[in-house]
Amino acid sequence: MKKEWPLWEVFIRSKNGLSHKHAGSLHAADAEMAIENARDVYTRRNEGVSLWVVESRHITASNPAESESLFDPAMDKVYRHPTFYELPDEVTHI
Amino acid sequence: MDRKDAIVKYALQMGDHALVTGQRLSEWCGHGPVLEQDIAITNIALDHVGQTRSWYQFAAELEGKGRTEDDLAYMRTEPEYRNVLLLEQPNTDWAHTIVRQFLYDVFNYYLHENLAHSPEEGIAAIARKSLKEITYHLRYSSEWMIRLGDGTELSRQKMQTALDNLWMFSGELTQMTPLEEFLATLGIAPDLAAIKPLYDEKVDEIIGEATLKKPGTTFMQSGGKLGRHTEYMGFILAEMQSLQRQLPGLKW
Repeated sequence: MKKEWPLWEVFIRSKNGLSHKHAGSLHAADAEMAIENARDVYTRRNEGVSLWVVESRHITASNPAESESLFDPAMDKVYRHPTFYELPDEVTHI
Repeated sequence: MDRKDAIVKYALQMGDHALVTGQRLSEWCGHGPVLEQDIAITNIALDHVGQTRSWYQFAAELEGKGRTEDDLAYMRTEPEYRNVLLLEQPNTDWAHTIVRQFLYDVFNYYLHENLAHSPEEGIAAIARKSLKEITYHLRYSSEWMIRLGDGTELSRQKMQTALDNLWMFSGELTQMTPLEEFLATLGIAPDLAAIKPLYDEKVDEIIGEATLKKPGTTFMQSGGKLGRHTEYMGFILAEMQSLQRQLPGLKW
């Protein structure tokens, strides 16, 4: 495994104004090559206007075993959703 | 040689460069050293095939003899192909492929940068569109030259061998043929003597950064642009053309 290139996570901004979204992962020797690989693997069909890559080992993930305590308490708090407001038609991406 | 005839021949030569490169690189499809590079190198192969189509369509229309882009690709014989010898050299391994593409990409970049300003609008339009792709090709092959040249002892050695083997084919890129001289006097295509210093400077820069040794002065092979090819060319055409030769006009 030591001979393998490190794993990178790829984030793509599909158009200006939207945030970067996780697209997938790939192997690359270093950051510049990761950008090039991401360009070739994930943006061949015009998917993006901007790329981020980050080495997977730098991502800290929440523990699935703790998901009950982390996420379930939010389930019955509907008042946290902005559904009680009337949104003007011009407001998008919410 | 009249102007129109020369432009048709030049467009064919440009298309031939692109088609032979595209065909060679597509041989990597499904065989790339890692998944990411398999996709990358075949993307680049498709860029070249796309450029081929632009040049052949332009040539066929200007020629006006009813030939199509397919006729030009599949029905011409080896001496009618005018690509440089460098591009028909086999892939061999990743090192040879990268070195071959790098030596070509540098030239191709400066050539297209110049052609983008050609007074012949058909040529300029194709060059402007292709230049974006070629800029990426050069970036891609340069990065690999540097990483493998300045990589492990084994990768450095493989890159040096590839560079030594392919260097004798690099001279033909900037050598003028009578056709290119004629077009240069008309201002339609560049004087390659003006591109040579730019070419040498860029090649030296990347070879230096890759910590490779530039091969010494050697006899430079040439003839591809005049239709005299190496033994590899026939095999490329045999594979590429066999279907249309057996079943002319066949459509997928």
